[in-house]
Amino acid sequence: MNKFDKLTGIAAPLPLINIDTDMIIPKQFLKTIKRSGLGVNLFDEMRYDDDRNEIPDFVLNKPQYRDAQILVAGDNFGCGSSREHAPWAIADFGITCIIAPSYADIFYNNCFKNGILPIALPQEQIDVLMKDAEKGANARMSIDLEAQTVTTSDGEVFSFEVDSFKKHCLMNGLDDIGLTMEKAAAIDSFEAAAAQSRPWV
Amino acid sequence: MSPKTLYDKIWDAHLAHEAEDGTCLLYIDRHLVHEVTSPQAFEGLRMTNRTVRAPDKTIAVPDHNVPTTLDRANAATMTEDSRIQVEALDKNAKDFGIHYYPVSDVRQGIVHIVGPEQGWTLPGMTVVCGDSHTATHGAFGALAHGIGTSEVEHVLATQTLIQKKSKNMKVEITGKLRPGVTAKDITLSVIGVTGTAGGTGYVIEYCGEAIRDLSMEGRMTVCNMAIEGGARAGLIAPDEKTFEYCKGRPHAPKGAQWEAAMDWWKTLYSDDDAVWDQVITLKGEDIAPVVTWGTSPEDVLPITANVPAPSDFKGGKVEAAQRSLDYMGLTAGTPLADVEIDTVFIGSCTNGRIEDLRAAAEILKGKKKKDGIRAMVVPGSGLVRAQAEEEGLAEIFIDAGFEWRLAGCSMCLAMNPDQLSPGERCAATSNRNFEGRQGRGGRTHLMSPAMAAAAAITGKLTDVREMM
Repeated sequence: MNKFDKLTGIAAPLPLINIDTDMIIPKQFLKTIKRSGLGVNLFDEMRYDDDRNEIPDFVLNKPQYRDAQILVAGDNFGCGSSREHAPWAIADFGITCIIAPSYADIFYNNCFKNGILPIALPQEQIDVLMKDAEKGANARMSIDLEAQTVTTSDGEVFSFEVDSFKKHCLMNGLDDIGLTMEKAAAIDSFEAAAAQSRPWV
Repeated sequence: MSPKTLYDKIWDAHLAHEAEDGTCLLYIDRHLVHEVTSPQAFEGLRMTNRTVRAPDKTIAVPDHNVPTTLDRANAATMTEDSRIQVEALDKNAKDFGIHYYPVSDVRQGIVHIVGPEQGWTLPGMTVVCGDSHTATHGAFGALAHGIGTSEVEHVLATQTLIQKKSKNMKVEITGKLRPGVTAKDITLSVIGVTGTAGGTGYVIEYCGEAIRDLSMEGRMTVCNMAIEGGARAGLIAPDEKTFEYCKGRPHAPKGAQWEAAMDWWKTLYSDDDAVWDQVITLKGEDIAPVVTWGTSPEDVLPITANVPAPSDFKGGKVEAAQRSLDYMGLTAGTPLADVEIDTVFIGSCTNGRIEDLRAAAEILKGKKKKDGIRAMVVPGSGLVRAQAEEEGLAEIFIDAGFEWRLAGCSMCLAMNPDQLSPGERCAATSNRNFEGRQGRGGRTHLMSPAMAAAAAITGKLTDVREMM
């Protein structure tokens, strides 16, 4: 997994609440057996018209946001389906940090498995960051995961919370499965005990 | 001992390891797998030379992509990419030695219907699947939730999941439901109260007389949509109905093991003095037959209401409501019962079980769908289909002008050929009314099977109570 420690980049504003994973990556693109190549279809139905032409008004089609690495969005981002294709598409496009007031649970977890940092901040701070993002390509936002801060293009600093284990894995690009396999003895003994106490399982 | 909720009890029974920072490894009893969210996970195992740790606890069935038309045995009915995904599951199931119900098997169906039907899902278990509607299995008092593909790979390799404990929410539905009100109306009404993010960070336990009165099928409908309220999982404490449903199922315990299991299952309830982080109470008699008007499951109103105006809302919801009305092609103030529909879809993991088909058939018996309406029934499994045929329900649907399909997820998420066209308006018994969910530009109104059947007859959103 790619590491995430610091990032300074363009933030794209997407001020909608309840952005669901069907919006992020519609189902027709789930018929892949790979993890890569989904960036071109990120937000597909908002991004292209019926003839596959770009819709110029959509934020990621605007010249100043084509290279965005940060997305600032509304409440309950990533709700709906568990499809990991959503963070795969986001990362493949080049966005590695999302900032929103809240996230749906499964999406939030999926981000950390794919080198994406989802930052949750109160609505008032999101409002400030949304305005900053609306300034366009010259206004670069900075994220420091170690320090747990977001800094606006004006130098205003906001602190965010993140689970210490998730932070550690993201900063070091660690593979969860490898870490869990180090605890194989604990799993073995749990399994042996469960085979006695709940043999029907 | 300190009092515990049902969630606490299941959690404690599955805690394989707890690190100093509180990060836990939860042991997984059942891992359900389907073709869309698993190929990358199996590929990951191959690339790292890992195996499936507990193939006997891993069950796979293709459901999302599969065509539901009667000619599906002909591979040409599937698009190339769908076929590749289903074939990948065929191969992965064989290579890794996991339980498998291929498309050709009469037991094939939607993974969340097959699990309980075959007795894989039992009280007190932990159940995961790379699908958000895994919450369905909570109806058995099993801790069940959706996971992403990386987590699918993690469970395949280690039979555990890295977790932090959620908070406890109690949702109590007191008293009796009124005639015409169903489990679907309960679960949509709860989301109407909590919003789609209201459950975030919680496991919900549904309780109260109206929940106890529901059949297992109804309870599965309620828990299925816990995720639509943002909750990690929904739970209902097991009782005699649960045990009766499980007894004799192919993979349920038998003999002495059944007795041992029952001894434990009977302890699976929240203690009277358990502490809840949040409690929501609805009166059963206050719940009406509901429909959704917008593009989020929280956009729910009684069928007797009018389409709301954006100004009825606050904050970010004002803009969201305007966007929803534009997308749905609706005008504020229009009575919902005046909204004309084009299509009716009865099926999905929310409402594709035998009781759902009975409820719809009850309304359709001796009647016809309105001319010009496209209507289909997609049973949740091959066995549901067979039972519906045996009970004469299939005949009622066919006589009413419905298409009688084979089992699969179908138009709930439109990954197979069953899709809405732009602007096509659908009365659907599924679980999501998101933009584009049932096909680009498609307009979805969520409701119960009986309400969807009523809509097929009149050609518009209809109060089913007028037909009872």
